Amino acid sequence: MTQNSASKLLNGDTLHRTKQDKKAGGNGFVKNHCLFQQQQKRYRRPAEKSHHASRTLLYKKTFVESFEETPLLVAVLTYMGYGILTIFGYLRDFLRDWKLEKCHLAREREEQKDFVPLYQDFENFYTRNLYMRIRDNWNRPIRSVPGAKMDLVERVTPDYNWTFEHTGKVLKDVINMGSYNYLGFAENTGTCADTASECTEKYGVGVCSTRQELGNIDKHEELEKLAARFLGVESSMVFGMGFATNSMNIPALMEKGCLILSDELNHASLVLGARLSGATIRVFKHNNMQSLEKLLRDAMVHGQPRTHRPWKKILILVEGIYSMEGSIVRLPEIIALKKKYKAYLYLDEAHSIGALGPRGRGVVDYFGLDPCDVDIMMGTFTKSFGAAGGYIGGKKELVDYLRLHSHSAVYATSMSPPITQQIITSMKCIMGEDGTTLGQERLCQLSENTTYFRRRLHEMGFIIYGNNDSPVVPLMLYMPAKIGAFGREMLKRNIGTVVVGFPATPIIESRARFCVSAAHTREMLDTALNAISEVGDLLQLKYSRKNRRGSEGTDCFSYLESHLD
Amino acid sequence: MNIDRESSESEAPAYHLILEGILILWIIRLLFSKTYKLQERSDLTEKEKEELIEEWQPEPLVPLVSKDHPSLNYDVVTGPPSHKIIVNGKECVNFASFNFLGLLESERVKLKALSSLKKYGVGTCGPRGFYGTFDVHLELEERLAKFMRTEEAIIYSYGFATIASAIPAYSKRGDIIFVDEAACFSIQKGLQASRSFIKYFKHNDMEDLERLLKEQEIEDQKNPRKAKVIRRFIVIEGLYINTADLCPLPELVKLKYKYKVRIFLEESMSFGVLGEHGRGVTEHFGVNIDDIDLISANMENALASIGGFCCGRSFVIDHQRLSGQGYCFSASLPPMLAAAAIEALNIMEEDPGLFRVLRDKCKHVHKALQGTPGLKVVGEPLAPALHLQLENSSGSRTDDLKLLRAIVDYVRYNNRSEAKGRKRCGRKKCTSNRDNHTLKRIVKQNPFKNVGEIHKEWTVAGVSASRTTTHRRMQDMGFSCRIPCVKPLLNNRQHQKRLASKRTGLLLSGPKLCSLMKVNFAFPLEIRVPESGGREERHTIHVA
Repeated sequence: MTQNSASKLLNGDTLHRTKQDKKAGGNGFVKNHCLFQQQQKRYRRPAEKSHHASRTLLYKKTFVESFEETPLLVAVLTYMGYGILTIFGYLRDFLRDWKLEKCHLAREREEQKDFVPLYQDFENFYTRNLYMRIRDNWNRPIRSVPGAKMDLVERVTPDYNWTFEHTGKVLKDVINMGSYNYLGFAENTGTCADTASECTEKYGVGVCSTRQELGNIDKHEELEKLAARFLGVESSMVFGMGFATNSMNIPALMEKGCLILSDELNHASLVLGARLSGATIRVFKHNNMQSLEKLLRDAMVHGQPRTHRPWKKILILVEGIYSMEGSIVRLPEIIALKKKYKAYLYLDEAHSIGALGPRGRGVVDYFGLDPCDVDIMMGTFTKSFGAAGGYIGGKKELVDYLRLHSHSAVYATSMSPPITQQIITSMKCIMGEDGTTLGQERLCQLSENTTYFRRRLHEMGFIIYGNNDSPVVPLMLYMPAKIGAFGREMLKRNIGTVVVGFPATPIIESRARFCVSAAHTREMLDTALNAISEVGDLLQLKYSRKNRRGSEGTDCFSYLESHLD
Repeated sequence: MNIDRESSESEAPAYHLILEGILILWIIRLLFSKTYKLQERSDLTEKEKEELIEEWQPEPLVPLVSKDHPSLNYDVVTGPPSHKIIVNGKECVNFASFNFLGLLESERVKLKALSSLKKYGVGTCGPRGFYGTFDVHLELEERLAKFMRTEEAIIYSYGFATIASAIPAYSKRGDIIFVDEAACFSIQKGLQASRSFIKYFKHNDMEDLERLLKEQEIEDQKNPRKAKVIRRFIVIEGLYINTADLCPLPELVKLKYKYKVRIFLEESMSFGVLGEHGRGVTEHFGVNIDDIDLISANMENALASIGGFCCGRSFVIDHQRLSGQGYCFSASLPPMLAAAAIEALNIMEEDPGLFRVLRDKCKHVHKALQGTPGLKVVGEPLAPALHLQLENSSGSRTDDLKLLRAIVDYVRYNNRSEAKGRKRCGRKKCTSNRDNHTLKRIVKQNPFKNVGEIHKEWTVAGVSASRTTTHRRMQDMGFSCRIPCVKPLLNNRQHQKRLASKRTGLLLSGPKLCSLMKVNFAFPLEIRVPESGGREERHTIHVA
């Protein structure tokens, strides 16, 4: 991460660019034919301008993404933190083995003690000794709409997070910075909820059949037509679960002898789908066009391994907004590459649909591109639409083929009618087809909130990742101990945040993640920001050494000093 | 001098020295030079690379689909898919949904879902870990665990993803899974995702399974150290969706302890169907549920909601909360669907009679369909999804499919075909269900009428049936047609009683099925073709 972090600045920092170019020389891939080549050192100066220009041409507005490097001291301390945790973990395991410490883990049945153990010992080491310490930050049960504010069920643990008890009390009106409720459609009142309840009365909740059998109700047809119109594609198809949309449809499209080029930070569902397809998978560095182009060229030139036959087809798998990084895919460049190398493009807009673009149509809209340039538009309805499920949009041939061959269509139950109705209503609202400007207002509100929230955090001196326009805002915590501390301190201040640690992120890059919503008011954001700043001071999280506007007393060295004391 | 002599003797001729020198140089050269090329390597030039890139043409993303493919245009269902269903604008009796207990149209379930919708909205906007856990989810998990009498249950937001995520959570590369070859598609996907060794045994053939297990035992003895870490699983279905057969669970449990293999049981078709209380195949066979390591089922069939669950001992199930991909990385189940599932469980717990009714119906239809010319019924009589197979396959899959499709279409579009006796072929039926209802209404309006009058009124209502038919229909309904002038022959209680006896007499149970079988045998729609490429074509009817 730290290595390629600099490459993500495009039109912004030249300081970082030069760094990147220095590295590029070593890569040895210097060809005049590449679209996004890495220039050789001696050509750098003359080439840079044109290079820069050719890239900026692709973008209509500035595209600023920053991934500030991890300060060295922080990195060292983080590794030390994990080291200490591991040592203590082994110690505790030792004590548990010798029955000196009570073990709360569920045990194998007596009858099956002589079976091959279901889990290898080290498999759960992390869970037992690291995750269990801070488990209270996840799976917090909520008992209201996951809107801008939510009610949490209070939990206490008598045995250091091994078990939880509900006290029966409710934490009221916790500001929700964790749900993917980008457009604020998670509501229990208003037109969406009303139409959904009408639909429930008429249809019931289930369907008990698959799309190809008798689970294809008129609502699904209506939604598919609407979604196609919304996306600006010829045809679309909807599925009951977002995760399954990826994992069950990629295998229908790709087979052995095909090549899948996948971003290294792609979601688990894309990875699973790619694996299930049986195609060869190669991974390129996150959002790094040089890496992608190199893979593409290699694939063309060398063909399949061993036989050197040409690949049947090549599919590029990318996401619109990466949910852990907050970065936006470099779509214009990818489309240029895809056209040059005749690859196909699969764009997963799980987080970006509805959340990006002046009309809420996702990254394609954000960059002002033609949806027809993306071969497979995929997205989910879980996030911006406040429902569940996923879609695939594209050319009619593609969708027709999926209708016949998608595993989801043949074997999985179709989408529940009230959920379908919720999507229809919210989508119409975004499109302005309900005759109001409410949808447009939500979109504006979201982008305003995003800019404000990101700007304020940056000014406070936190290291935040990702694109300036992305409503997903990761705030770096780095150290394992701070994961738990941040989550708890924020909850004390009545703010619900998501904190993420190792398996979901690289080991040293633990982070907190905020999802900005259109439902957040300026007051809520201010409350949240003040709390974050407070906790940031308490936990010394203001790592950033970048110049910021608005000097708030803490400069880049205050952190180091405080740690050296 | 000695030395002089020696030196003169050792003095070699100059040419010798030169030769040796050359030889030594040669050896040095040999040592330091590559004598042959391992591989003829010539890197491509830029131009060649460009040409290659220029030349390469990918296959189309998807092969072209012919426009008139039979399954391309899905049948559109207007309105709710309950037992009466409107398919492509035509009202039919629904024999194709997995709505086994008829809970889909239950008002109670709907009300519960609505009140949940009022409280929580529709979506959850997050995975379980990140504020996607609602109190209803916890309640549903608790209730499912209690219902199944296991320690713990875990819910997934999609039935298909349940077993497909559960298998790879435990079985990794290098582990061994023994699977019945008729296993359903989501199991197959789970197996594929786990990347373990898969060993298929013949469908429901315990001897074959034992043979495989023995082979493995011999293999283990060769390398006992490795055998200590290879996990083994048997993955089976309770009631096979592809064959409608029941798994021989008691024998499987015996094998489990004999060979120390864990059992994963997929119960999507049997949960809420088999057993006295609908707990599935374990209850049906009276097997201790703790002997099964993991039971998975979906809530999309009997429970008529969306989603799936796994249940078993905490030791096993809890692992999925961090390792089940479909659990961790997917948005959680919408709370209203969870609430609907809870209410459906309530209904199932309150009224175990549901399962008996379903069982009787299944048995009856299974029996009634025996002897249909050209088709044979396969599978367990208790299975709510009946499989009709062609007796004689034409040998070609497409032809068989066409034939089955034709049968389906015939049944769907000619649903006035008369059910004569128990064989539903041949004569056309002249009154529909609705017509019969009209007749009933006419009779009830004024019981003091004779057949002629009733027949006239019925004709006025738009039914063209003979007087004899009218008579017969009324008799079928339990009315006597010789209506006395003083008082009705039957009071309400007697009427009900007679209706009941009439039904049992006809080997039919329940009013719904009676009318279905006799009057309106609409489309068994679904044609199932086994995954494993078998030739048998199947034709499924779901009874609800």
